[in-house]
Amino acid sequence: MSEHIVSPKVYIVIFASLMLGTGLTVWAAFQNFHQYNIVIALGIATIKATLVVLYFMHARYSPGRTQLVIVCSIFWLAIMLALTLADYDTRLHDISLSAPQVFYCV
Amino acid sequence: MHRTGDLYGHFQTLEQQKETATLGMWIFLVTEVLFFGGLFLTYTINRSAFSTAFGIGSNTLDITLGAGNTVVLIMSSLTMAMAVWSAQVGKKKLVSIFLIATLGLGTVFLGVKAVEYKQKFDHHLIPGRGFDMKYHPSHPMPGDDPKELALEKNEVEEAFAHDPDINAHGQLYFSLYFGMTGLHALHMIVGAGLLLWLIKGSFAGRFTPQYNTPVEIVGLYWHFVDIVWIYLFPLLYLIDRHR
Repeated sequence: MSEHIVSPKVYIVIFASLMLGTGLTVWAAFQNFHQYNIVIALGIATIKATLVVLYFMHARYSPGRTQLVIVCSIFWLAIMLALTLADYDTRLHDISLSAPQVFYCV
Repeated sequence: MHRTGDLYGHFQTLEQQKETATLGMWIFLVTEVLFFGGLFLTYTINRSAFSTAFGIGSNTLDITLGAGNTVVLIMSSLTMAMAVWSAQVGKKKLVSIFLIATLGLGTVFLGVKAVEYKQKFDHHLIPGRGFDMKYHPSHPMPGDDPKELALEKNEVEEAFAHDPDINAHGQLYFSLYFGMTGLHALHMIVGAGLLLWLIKGSFAGRFTPQYNTPVEIVGLYWHFVDIVWIYLFPLLYLIDRHR
């Protein structure tokens, strides 16, 4: 098995897409999409991150076991986020009510 | 340890050695994903509870500096990827040039970050005794745009009318801002140290098509730090910008 060399052309196309994504993120932030602003921002960020992982970090050309490790990291992150947020969402009706009031310093 | 050239004794081939090292680096990056993941989780919970304070805190950040830094960091990822390519095709001089470019861009990023931090000190937005979100709108600094300042003043006053604890909740935003960008910057500083080590190696002509594992591995780390920023930028700088 020989090493896959990603050509500079691919890198430049990815770089251009990342720049486009950055511009799009800033533009979208100034539009009012109501509750979807955050969804759009995170969506673009995730597409950008995926491009970096697949091409800059060569995940697309890595052996299967490396790809498995990458997928696992996302899976474990999802467990942490989903279960913790589910807990906060269902146990406390309003987190701000339970916030400590000791931060005063005005 | 027994070693023949760049090949350590417990590996059969350089390729096997490289695949093993890459896998090891990825496993380290998994721990980093979960480490930063915890911070993003804290951020999410606090932002959903204190959205007004987070919106105002976010609007005090300089979007030009933030977006500019995003461009700088993505450019440094490109030069890092090009350094890996140069090593793979045996262009030794280009390896050094691209590594130095990466280090340069990383340094620019940290410099801009320092300017941003200084601004927050000047505006009394460091969590602690002196923290006051009303301070900056009523104490203009040289170079402030009066129009923008009036908007900020309006926004802060409105927020205080709704939520008298805005200064307490704003500190949560700024604690997370400094904690997350600070840890990110710390990773960049570690990365800069690794780049210096690579640059030294590249001057000695150490990286060849047969052996370029260190460039590849540090590249993985550098791109990971880039990914963290790709998420930090919209989450910290772009809350409630459309208002």
